Amino acid sequence: MARVPGLVKGLGVTLGTLFETVTKGANTVQYPHEKEAPPTRARGVIALHEGNCTSCMLCARSCPDWCIYIEGHKELAPPRREGGKPRQVNKLDRFDIDYALCMYCGICVEVCPFDALFWSPEYEYSEPRIADLLHDKAKLGEWMETVPEAPELEAGADKKKK
Amino acid sequence: MSSTPLAAVVVQSLFAVEVPYWGQSLLRVLGGIVAVLLPAGTIVYVFLFKMMSFMQSRLGPMEAGPYGSLQLVAEVGKWLQKEDITPERADARIFKMAPVVVLVSTFLLVAVVPFGPDAWFTDFEAGIFYALAVSSLSVLGILMAGWASANKYSLLGGLRAAGQLIAYELPMVLAVIGVIIQAETMNLQQIVVAQNAGSIFGFDGLGNPFIITQLVGFVVFMIAVQAELTQAPFDMPIAESELVSGYMTEYSGFRFLIFFIGEFATAGVFSLIASVLFLGGWGVPFAWFGWTDVDSVANWVNIAGPIIMITKMMLVAFVIMWVRFSYPRFREDQLQKFAWKVLIPVSLGNIALTSIFKVVM
Repeated sequence: MARVPGLVKGLGVTLGTLFETVTKGANTVQYPHEKEAPPTRARGVIALHEGNCTSCMLCARSCPDWCIYIEGHKELAPPRREGGKPRQVNKLDRFDIDYALCMYCGICVEVCPFDALFWSPEYEYSEPRIADLLHDKAKLGEWMETVPEAPELEAGADKKKK
Repeated sequence: MSSTPLAAVVVQSLFAVEVPYWGQSLLRVLGGIVAVLLPAGTIVYVFLFKMMSFMQSRLGPMEAGPYGSLQLVAEVGKWLQKEDITPERADARIFKMAPVVVLVSTFLLVAVVPFGPDAWFTDFEAGIFYALAVSSLSVLGILMAGWASANKYSLLGGLRAAGQLIAYELPMVLAVIGVIIQAETMNLQQIVVAQNAGSIFGFDGLGNPFIITQLVGFVVFMIAVQAELTQAPFDMPIAESELVSGYMTEYSGFRFLIFFIGEFATAGVFSLIASVLFLGGWGVPFAWFGWTDVDSVANWVNIAGPIIMITKMMLVAFVIMWVRFSYPRFREDQLQKFAWKVLIPVSLGNIALTSIFKVVM
């Protein structure tokens, strides 16, 4: 094939794309009307499983932005066995993530030893007021519904000890 | 024929009344505004909003009106309500005048474009000379804007624009000279007549649009127009990634809008001039209907002419915008080298060849 000058080829590319868009449609979607599903492991928002949290503060301390606020107090719980000493448990009073500061690094999710934090692909939570981006314990708990099922473990992997 | 603008022709033929002089003047002004703003709006919507988007495999504005057709109205509304900011250290009077100077040069330019045998604003003997002279007025406005902004980016952009517009003015003038030699007139109306009444080696079914005989001139002219309009690949003066839009950096709201209209209105008017010079203007080949000169042309061409002109303008504007969306930016030295070392010698050669053929044949 004869060599086509680059200048002409460039014009051909744009004209070709023009016809492709007119006949086959664009590569983009019209966002508010139609949405593309984000990948299941996408980092949209962090969800909190409150029951697993022991307010150990590891997440708050590892957060590069210091955007996690945790307050808790100690409580006495009934003993596990008859006649035992009452147990001391940590009770979570406040667990806030400030999404105005969060940079979605995911270190808190990685570092949590009790599987209390999860990534959810949900991304539509912008607010007109910046203060509303501070998600409290209740709201972070609501995100749990959107967390996808954990993928199957690889064959031969160690089963998690309960 | 009296000097009647298109609108006056329409009014006269529709209502069978003679339009008084003041009415004609009014219609002329209205016609001029329509002839400048209508192409500008059409070019912005059809090419800038839609065609560019399609070429990048996206849809462009879709929300305002059906298929985003009212987007331009929304944009104009947005610009009008924005604050009109003048920088503190700017030369305020000059700063405010500059965009108007740019737009005025466009309005002056459309005054000589003929739209039909009787539908024109002025029948000026030295029409194309006037058009080329007036088109370089915009350099003044751009230099004023660049200097008065008191901003280093604006000044750099203004100087680059001045250097570029002056460099590409020359090949443009020289490319037009070939047409003038062939048409033996500088009157744009007569140039149209010469093309449509002409013949190629005795075959007159096509007339003789100068794009065929003056192909070199046409290419040089279109490249120069691209540079005059500071459209990519010649957008060094407004290079947004390095000069923050050059001489337009400090402009906001209404005055930015004027620059914006000026840019695309000038694109429209230059497309009109290019179609007059090279594509046969408003005319259809006279041989089809047995016309011989401008006085024998039927009256309906006054209505069909503008439509033909707009069609040709859209074609030329399509090419301008297509090139704009396809090519990356020239470097400043490449840009100057291209004008002085390629375009000017080529157009000089074109003039020499044209004059030799004119004398011999």
